[in-house]
Amino acid sequence: MRIGIPGQAVAPAPPGVGWRAVIDPGHAVLGLLLLAILAVFVVWPIAAVLGAALVEPDGGVTLAHLARFFENPLYIESLANSLRAGAWVVAIGTVLALPLAFLVARYDFRGRTLVTTLSTLPLVLPPFVGAIALTQVFGRAGTLTLLVQDLFGIHVNLMDGLRGVIVAQALHFFPFIFLTVAAALMNVDRSLEEMGQTMGAHGWRLLRRVIFPLVLPAYAAGALLTFVKAVDDIGTPFILNVKNMLGPQAYLRITTVGRDDVDGYVICVVMVAISIACVGASNWIVARREYATLQTGARASGLPTRLVGWGAIGALSLCVLVLGASLLPHLAVIVMSFSRVWSLTYLPSAYTLGHYAEIFLRAPRFIVNTLTYSIAAALLGVVIAAATAYLLQRGRVPGKAVLDAVAMMPIALPGVVIGVGFLRVFYPMTLPGTETSLASTGAIFVLAYMVRRLPYALRASHAALHQVHGTLEDAAAVAGAPRTRAFRRVVLPLILGGVTAGGVLIFITSAVEFSTTITLVSRIEQSPLSYAIYIYSQSPLGRGAAAALGVVAIVIVAVGTYLANRLSGRSRMAFTL
Amino acid sequence: MNVTAARTGGPSPLEVELRDLHRRFGDTAAVRDLTLTIGPGEFFTFLGPSGCGKTTTLRMIAGLLLPDAGEILFDGRPVTTTPPWRRDIGMVFQNYALWPHMTVFENVGFGLVERRVPRDELRRRVDDALRLVGLEGLEHRLPSQLSGGQQQRVALARAIVVRPRLLLLDEPLSNLDARLRVQMRAELVTLQRHLGITTIYVTHDQEEALMLSTRIAVLHQGRLVQLGTPRDLYEHPADVFVADFLGGANFLPGTVRGRTGDALVVALDAGNGVATAELHASASRHTEFEAGDRVTVCVRPEALELVPDRGPAGPNLLRGRLRLVNYLGAVMSSEVELPEGRVLRVQVVRPPTDMPLVEGAPVALRVAPEAVLLLRPPASP
Repeated sequence: MRIGIPGQAVAPAPPGVGWRAVIDPGHAVLGLLLLAILAVFVVWPIAAVLGAALVEPDGGVTLAHLARFFENPLYIESLANSLRAGAWVVAIGTVLALPLAFLVARYDFRGRTLVTTLSTLPLVLPPFVGAIALTQVFGRAGTLTLLVQDLFGIHVNLMDGLRGVIVAQALHFFPFIFLTVAAALMNVDRSLEEMGQTMGAHGWRLLRRVIFPLVLPAYAAGALLTFVKAVDDIGTPFILNVKNMLGPQAYLRITTVGRDDVDGYVICVVMVAISIACVGASNWIVARREYATLQTGARASGLPTRLVGWGAIGALSLCVLVLGASLLPHLAVIVMSFSRVWSLTYLPSAYTLGHYAEIFLRAPRFIVNTLTYSIAAALLGVVIAAATAYLLQRGRVPGKAVLDAVAMMPIALPGVVIGVGFLRVFYPMTLPGTETSLASTGAIFVLAYMVRRLPYALRASHAALHQVHGTLEDAAAVAGAPRTRAFRRVVLPLILGGVTAGGVLIFITSAVEFSTTITLVSRIEQSPLSYAIYIYSQSPLGRGAAAALGVVAIVIVAVGTYLANRLSGRSRMAFTL
Repeated sequence: MNVTAARTGGPSPLEVELRDLHRRFGDTAAVRDLTLTIGPGEFFTFLGPSGCGKTTTLRMIAGLLLPDAGEILFDGRPVTTTPPWRRDIGMVFQNYALWPHMTVFENVGFGLVERRVPRDELRRRVDDALRLVGLEGLEHRLPSQLSGGQQQRVALARAIVVRPRLLLLDEPLSNLDARLRVQMRAELVTLQRHLGITTIYVTHDQEEALMLSTRIAVLHQGRLVQLGTPRDLYEHPADVFVADFLGGANFLPGTVRGRTGDALVVALDAGNGVATAELHASASRHTEFEAGDRVTVCVRPEALELVPDRGPAGPNLLRGRLRLVNYLGAVMSSEVELPEGRVLRVQVVRPPTDMPLVEGAPVALRVAPEAVLLLRPPASP
């Protein structure tokens, strides 16, 4: 009856790995069920995309389509634009993030906590919402553009074409770099630095020879993730009307040329390759870093130096400037949502509540749709994530590594690819007894959102369950509680907070999901607010309503973030990295 | 602990029998060929270094782990595959395993809820158990608001409140500081005698095992090395491992020369066959040895007596040089280096006053023949 479970096999009586190291039939059934669900909604869509791009009709593998990609000037330009935008976003983000990270990690000044809190905000606010108002701030007749023109007599339009996308994304994604580097800097053992000082290094040399090498892996990981986010984000190019980038091209091929157009899938494959390469490299670097900074003995983390007077004012001003720039678009969205006339002036010249009337009274279905899809995705995702986490940690079944890999797969998949894959698999299927395609039901959004954000929820459940030591269950069993009772009375109450926080994460990220959404929307009636924002923003008259929907999105995200933090009891968002 | 609290008349204590128990983890045999019987009401201890299989054994008795082979019987009934929740046991875990989301009252009452005990009785029994461990008044605290010692008591109350027929304790004192450990040890033994529950205790601490147990099973690399009362084990260790693990001892290689009267004469050597000294051991205690046998001579540090290096040489008198003197108040421990380079640990209660006790001073060591233990040398030296 003995069956070795990988990873458990050699452990000498690890306390609390369950009471029997044999296959548990209940666990096996649950595991197969989860694998089946993930096979249908994760593996199949991705396999369908890969198959369409790389497999001939006769079943042979071919690279011919992929080769054609590199012969098409439009695709080459799109690829170059996407990579260039990503690189610029990382470069600008680095310039914005590093000084800030150094200040926050090393110095204490009035407003320091506020800075760290505010810096997480751009991460959760949807980038395309900020993009709605960016033109109003940095564009041809934007507030800041006018201000600069009036003060210095120079006219700079930052929002022109690709440049606009880069500005929007850099302002939005730089906190990824900021947070990883700040965390790494705070973790640098002060004694290492003091060691460097006793060796005669100080000032710039100390920074270059001791601190940079220690922080470099964290920076590299943060920069790679920023790059991936920038390449995957198709909302910002869409709102700013830049179409010659990879994501928009994939979408346009599939939705305009047709679902059987091979080129769309080939672009998807290229995006997946970029994404997997970056996520893989980032994970590799992080894993190595943990090994490299493994420390023993007492840690001397040291208190940050307190800044007073001009130093404090300078530090705070820098922070306000950088964070202000990144939050400005979102502030502008709020102003815009109330504005009736805002043209060639710093601020609107006339105000109205009409945009809110539009989205709440005349067309409330966008908000209703968003709430319905996101809540359903969160509930579904939480159940699947909690069950998966439980099996991975406590399950007595073989094949856990496969389950883990499949469930975490979506983290390296661009949203548009998930959308395209869902279309490919589910469009040809109809609801039983009707002509309605499965892909044009509301359920498709629920499933796609759930799949896309499952890794976040899984991580939250993992962390929650990890804190419940196995002996707590053992103690319940010994005290007379059969396993299901022990789970209900001991495990469930203990993991509820963390698991719910995972659900809230699915909810807020789904509520502002754009890439998958735009691929899947087939009728405007079933559109959630993210797509509605795009539609509204395409007409000059609708931009106010788009901004009002943007404000709703911001409110949903802000409340959700607060709840998730309260529930998981941690100061930093569980999904920042 | 207030053991004068009403003794809650529990069921009769249990007899536990282990038959040919085997358990592997991957390629490592954690427990092999374990057969023994634990009598009703015993305070039985599994003693051994970490990785010896003692916790594995306890978890198999609890039902938390299934043996690969062998049988476990409670009062003659096989329970090998009975799940833990139907074994009617109480257990204290090394990390206490208190449920952090429940108050002290809820933690202790958990098992009674599972047993569908009516509300009034539940309250009374939880109160009794808490009084028994000296925690009255802390019912509404959460485990995180308790000290380590208090948490340990809650874990104990939780284990005994269900009136188990068997109490399992997995290194319950190892997370306490030294002073508290000594105190809890005394309270634990009083409580167990008072309740009369068959108790199985797992520890790597020989002092705890000697003090608490009616009988001790010494495990080494998954095997039962010796089973006996604390006194048996200390005075008649089965082998070098047991002698060393229980109390520690000096080991010297030697060869049996022959018998004179009631004395078995052993020649010590430096490992090169050249005799360096002669010891007499009790022949009636060591009937299994004959002339020519290689033996390991085992002498406890407290069996050696420090005497001035004067007078004639004789049996059971070893000459050497004082190497290290540690005065610890109640005892003085020191090391004496023999001429061939071996070092013996010596512990004396009353340091002699008629000789200089400075490092480097020549001294002699005397040992009574009854205190010279002869053991079979380890298979591969």
